[in-house]
Amino acid sequence: MTTTEPAQAPAEPLRPGARTAPGQGLTWSLRGRGPDDVPVLADAGPPLGRPAGPATGRGVRVCVVDSGVERDHPLVGPLAGSWVVVKDGESGGITVEPTTTGDTCGHGTACAGIIRRTAPECEIHSVRVLGERFSGTGDILMAGLRWAVEQRFDVVNLSLSTTRTRFAQELHSLADSAYFARTVIVASAHNTPVESFPWRFASVISVGSHQEDDPELHLYNPDPPVEFFGPGQNVTVPWLGGRTIRTTGNSFATPYVAGLCARVLSAHPRMTAFQLKNALYLSAANVRHAPRPYSPPAGDTGDTRDDSEN
Amino acid sequence: MTQRTDSAPSPVSPASPVIDAPRSELLQSVVDVARAIFGAEASSVFLLDEEADELVFQAVSGQGEEFLVGRRFPAGRGIAGWVATSGEPMVVDDLSADPSFDRSLAESTAYVPNALMAAPLISDARILGVLEVLDPSPQARSGVRELDLLAMFARQAAAALRVITPERVREAEEHPVLGGPTLAGAQREDALKLLGSLERLLRGVG
Repeated sequence: MTTTEPAQAPAEPLRPGARTAPGQGLTWSLRGRGPDDVPVLADAGPPLGRPAGPATGRGVRVCVVDSGVERDHPLVGPLAGSWVVVKDGESGGITVEPTTTGDTCGHGTACAGIIRRTAPECEIHSVRVLGERFSGTGDILMAGLRWAVEQRFDVVNLSLSTTRTRFAQELHSLADSAYFARTVIVASAHNTPVESFPWRFASVISVGSHQEDDPELHLYNPDPPVEFFGPGQNVTVPWLGGRTIRTTGNSFATPYVAGLCARVLSAHPRMTAFQLKNALYLSAANVRHAPRPYSPPAGDTGDTRDDSEN
Repeated sequence: MTQRTDSAPSPVSPASPVIDAPRSELLQSVVDVARAIFGAEASSVFLLDEEADELVFQAVSGQGEEFLVGRRFPAGRGIAGWVATSGEPMVVDDLSADPSFDRSLAESTAYVPNALMAAPLISDARILGVLEVLDPSPQARSGVRELDLLAMFARQAAAALRVITPERVREAEEHPVLGGPTLAGAQREDALKLLGSLERLLRGVG
């Protein structure tokens, strides 16, 4: 697989100091180094995980890996970048190229619109992995997602999955790399009980749809692998031709959660992927914040609720 | 992005000129039932022609029944295309306000629905095509529950389709189990032609 260099250089990470410089990772051990050699400036994130009003997504780079995004849709606004994954029918080579074509279906525009609505000031990029010949073959999705991770986007919205197990291992490694590089992949669970990837992996934030009408409600699933539920039923979304439609599916719950991530990150750029997941957990409507139960004396096994992941 | 294989032969051959009577009957029944379940104006089944990367109308119930079967459009386009590539069902509403909606499909059908539900025909982790329901009754659309119902029905249809695909026929020919006489070559073609004429006769269109 070859991936062309983007014509426009990827923007520098907008959160200086937020990442560990490449090549200086603490790969295997701390031999010869102590705590003072590895200082970390923490950001506890918003209280109870809820992004404050002024957190609008500003400065956060979000990439929509989907069917493209319509240019200048009033509910999406200008895109910061628009790319397409192309496979050469003869050589089989896969490239990522800048594109001016918009959306082949409407789906990517819908996702981008939900992200824009949730985090109005975030930067939205699009990489189209559908609508070209061979686009259903899975390696196009793989290439698009890999490209997005390489560009170090802060948030990647992936309302797609693949059932082909031959991509599972590669997707797993990619999802883990993204997680450690602080690129948060927000991935749709399959709408039907189908085994597919990468939403099943713990290193991504997986999202399904709840049935509530509240457009700003998200829930934590105490029984993963789907970790969160967002509004995905009867959602009004931008569509082709500058219009809107109403639609239903996990695909539309995912960009809501991606937008929430962008909001949290805009106010707390140093947060890690695991902190972000914790913020979503703490702010989920079904997660109660009861005062810590009285600790019984040793020997007495009191009934303390355990709502952690098993 | 579900398993549209680029290597294995397609289990269904939408382009096949051979009239496969049981398959036509099954697909017609699928669209008729889907239309009835959702109180819809129309329903159609597209099968994926992987070679041509196209979706082909295979059966239609309601609007367009007479002239749509056999029409093709690019597999990566439109809502059906998204469903075929993603393997995910989808419901969209308020489409008629959208002049650019699915232009190729709208032009070929001369019918632009206001609402549309689509689910992939998936069997054994492979996408065979897409089942669409156009303009379902307002009570029967838009919800996660309805989407689940359509997806389940499409799954059943796909399983049935797979049981009677040409691939299975070929396998049966290569490994005859019952040891009975197998028609080969021209003989088989004649028999299938006869079956096709019979079906047309029975359906009153021949």
